[in-house]
Amino acid sequence: MDFRIFFSPVPTGETTYLGWLLVGLRNTVALSLAAWVLALALGTVLGILRTVPGRGLRAFAGAYVEIFRNVPLLAQLFIWYFVVPEIVPGGHRFKQIDPFAQQFLASAACLGLFTAARVCEQVRAGIESLPPGQKNAALALGLTLPQTYRYVLLPMAARLIVPPLTSETLNVFKNSAVCSTIGLLELTAQGRQLVDYTAHAYESFLAVTVLYLVVNAAIQLLMRAVESRARVPGYLGSRK
Amino acid sequence: MYELDWSSIPGALPFLWQGMKVSLAITAVAVVAGIAWGTVLAVLRLSPARPVSLFAAAYVSLFRSVPLVMVLLWFFLIVPSLLRDVLGLSHATDLRLASAMVAFALFEAAYYSEIMRAGIQSVSKGQRSAALALGMTPLQAMWHVVLPQAFRNMVPLLLTQAIILFQDTSLVYVSALADFFGAAYKVGDRDGRLVEMLLFAGAAYFVLCCTASWAVRLLRRRVLA
Repeated sequence: MDFRIFFSPVPTGETTYLGWLLVGLRNTVALSLAAWVLALALGTVLGILRTVPGRGLRAFAGAYVEIFRNVPLLAQLFIWYFVVPEIVPGGHRFKQIDPFAQQFLASAACLGLFTAARVCEQVRAGIESLPPGQKNAALALGLTLPQTYRYVLLPMAARLIVPPLTSETLNVFKNSAVCSTIGLLELTAQGRQLVDYTAHAYESFLAVTVLYLVVNAAIQLLMRAVESRARVPGYLGSRK
Repeated sequence: MYELDWSSIPGALPFLWQGMKVSLAITAVAVVAGIAWGTVLAVLRLSPARPVSLFAAAYVSLFRSVPLVMVLLWFFLIVPSLLRDVLGLSHATDLRLASAMVAFALFEAAYYSEIMRAGIQSVSKGQRSAALALGMTPLQAMWHVVLPQAFRNMVPLLLTQAIILFQDTSLVYVSALADFFGAAYKVGDRDGRLVEMLLFAGAAYFVLCCTASWAVRLLRRRVLA
């Protein structure tokens, strides 16, 4: 083990190997954030659709979840990166942009849509866990269905599903490592590149693993703070 | 507009089947070994001896905090050199399949142990008390009374996890081991038909996993009934 390797300059000389890992970490965090925003937005909409009275909308959201949960993430990623630009009209323009942007966009779309299916199920479970009286009372008071969702169901459901969303946040972050397979230089890919250049495999993997553990712990701390603020008094798991 | 051409698929089927056998072999080993080791971890986790339960907790949280890709890279690095030293194998021996099996078994054990822990806790306390009152040792009570019920309660969840595991085996791509997905990628790349092969592979996973999930749902209904 020789950890001085991290402070020696890379072949191009502009940074050190540690600098490489930090760039990888930055890309991992940026990718996870982008995917997470997309997953939350789309997952919430789909989760609502799974609980509305309209049969067609429910079936659509259900089919979405089935498709995105039953195809491996790696296969989805390769389809977004290699297949979609070929078969979608105008895809050739995608192939002309900067390679990093291509990899980043494909990865963010893939991770975001994949995670949206999981967020959808959490949102649905949250809405369905509310007593039916809440919805009926809101409708009886004369609220329209959209108003019932906006003012009664969603505010409660959102607070109830924070704990399962914590583990989805961690999943997005961990799943982002899969995107190293299409050449996106995130943390895992930078670690492998370091091995290729220096043959210091143990040091590199150890550093990458520690960085993952640190970010993982940071997300957990952050989400614990969110959880304690979001907790509903009187519900399971609340301290008040 | 891209012209889809599926003609390279029929000829590739035998090669894809070889790949599927690799995927299924890794899944089978990892499910069996993962549930066994995961159950041990769950029992250790619930043990009153503090160092033992701390070890199990640390193991589970370590494996659950690191991406699977990273775990696989570690095992492809460590296991071959370890096995070669212990068994005195030559460098020509391909140990990627063995490495993948070990990696998935140890990694999935962390997830299986959480399921089994919930299963053990779902068995009512009276069962264990009654077993102890009958004169069983704590280990006998666990093995003969608590675990069979815990396992039965958790069968649907254990199987759902196995479906996820089957999908995750595609990640052995990072070692260029030709599982089903790797085989599809190789054929597509060779024939210049990557688009068709990737769509075919995705559809095959979808059909397999959908059927399996549907079977698990049926089983769950029977277990609950």
